[in-house]
Amino acid sequence: MPERREFLKRAASMAALAVTGCGWNGGPLWPLLRAWDRPNQWLQRALAPPGGPRARIEPPGSESAAFPQYYVSPAMPRVDPRIWRLEVGGMVQRPLSLSLSDLAAMPRVTLRLRHYCIEGWTAVASWTGVRVSEIARAAGADPAAGFVDFRSFDAGYWSSWDRESALHPQSMIAIGMNGSWLTPGHGAPARLYSNLKYGYKSVKYLTGVRFVPERTGGYWEDRGYDWYASL
Amino acid sequence: MELPVQSEERPVRFEQPLLLRFTHWLNVVLLAGMIASGLQIYGAYPAFAERGADFCCWPLAGKRFPEAVRLGGWLAGGLKWHLFLMWGFVLNGLVWLGWQIGSGEWRRRVFRPRDARGAWEMALWYVRLRDQKPAYEVYNGLQKLAYTGTFKLGVLAVATGFAIWKPVSLPLAEWMGGYVWARFWHFLIVWAFVGFTIGHLFMTLVVDREATRSMILGEYRDPAPANRRASVMATPEVKQDA
Repeated sequence: MPERREFLKRAASMAALAVTGCGWNGGPLWPLLRAWDRPNQWLQRALAPPGGPRARIEPPGSESAAFPQYYVSPAMPRVDPRIWRLEVGGMVQRPLSLSLSDLAAMPRVTLRLRHYCIEGWTAVASWTGVRVSEIARAAGADPAAGFVDFRSFDAGYWSSWDRESALHPQSMIAIGMNGSWLTPGHGAPARLYSNLKYGYKSVKYLTGVRFVPERTGGYWEDRGYDWYASL
Repeated sequence: MELPVQSEERPVRFEQPLLLRFTHWLNVVLLAGMIASGLQIYGAYPAFAERGADFCCWPLAGKRFPEAVRLGGWLAGGLKWHLFLMWGFVLNGLVWLGWQIGSGEWRRRVFRPRDARGAWEMALWYVRLRDQKPAYEVYNGLQKLAYTGTFKLGVLAVATGFAIWKPVSLPLAEWMGGYVWARFWHFLIVWAFVGFTIGHLFMTLVVDREATRSMILGEYRDPAPANRRASVMATPEVKQDA
């Protein structure tokens, strides 16, 4: 029975493929898996409570003893805070070029939040900074700009957010952490911080905030991590 | 009571409906994919402790699973698979549940407290501490316990999964003792599934191969006489024409 033998052979090789094919990212199915981010984005929005999620404020003293530091550059990115500027532009009435003292003079908020990394770990820290919505108000961001693009001096690391999440009252440009100024290991002089999305969305070593009409991707998002990535 | 000799004609005791067979085999594929991609995701942080803290209950922290049992290649790939297959896993479970409810079959299959005795007797019979096989309809108490249990396990897998996928949007993680614990529960459920599968494979491939046949072809026939001690269904209400 040659057909039968052929069939068995084929079944065996498919089984072998199924076994050795593990650790496989999907090969030709990868575009489908990426396209599936869209229905998942719909689901993520649908799961958020009406009026948007509210991050829980962690109890005093719960700050983690070791909060991981992370950057993509080969060495820790550093800049002289006296010459550093945060450029706010895109669809805005008044483009801004903010120094660290300009930022520090704006209305501030401090939130003790649990940080969620996509890898699966969490850590708690208290963050002090200026709400992104405050920056948007100061710059006169066009309501038609549905997305906000964040750039850094960390080897081109960047990300982009939907406007709603970026302007959420718990999303900020942080300049302080655990009661001190932000250190280079955590994104000094200023970084985006919010725990409404996974950590990789909170761009460190910020240089620019742009209000844009289209979503623009990001460093990890372009490599396969979810763009919406809400928590 | 003597069993009729039916070496050729083995009567059909019941039939597994096509929908059940379909959802069963689809679930095999989906669950395998969910577990393999889940083990890939786990490898990105193979521990449970919050940063800067200890975790009491997982001695194997730091160890990853071998590549042969992972799906996705790296974290993003594992997540893509996991969050794609979850739709199928949930929808397939809902179709199965809808069938159980719609057909009323759940009444014959769900484990109730009164089935505990039957399950115990069945267990005694399997380990040869009981001579006579307990009487039952389609499923014995032990089967009801196992199958109702795995469904509940599926519900818990989905609930803990959503808890760690959306710890800020949903309050689920807090109900489960926080994110770290919710992640641990999600992980432990995998091993409950693996444990069930090992037992299930033993029962359906070694003890009662008719069950495997019926899950593929539909008809569940009385097992051949040689295999009878192990798996004949001593159903008192079935007519026995000698």
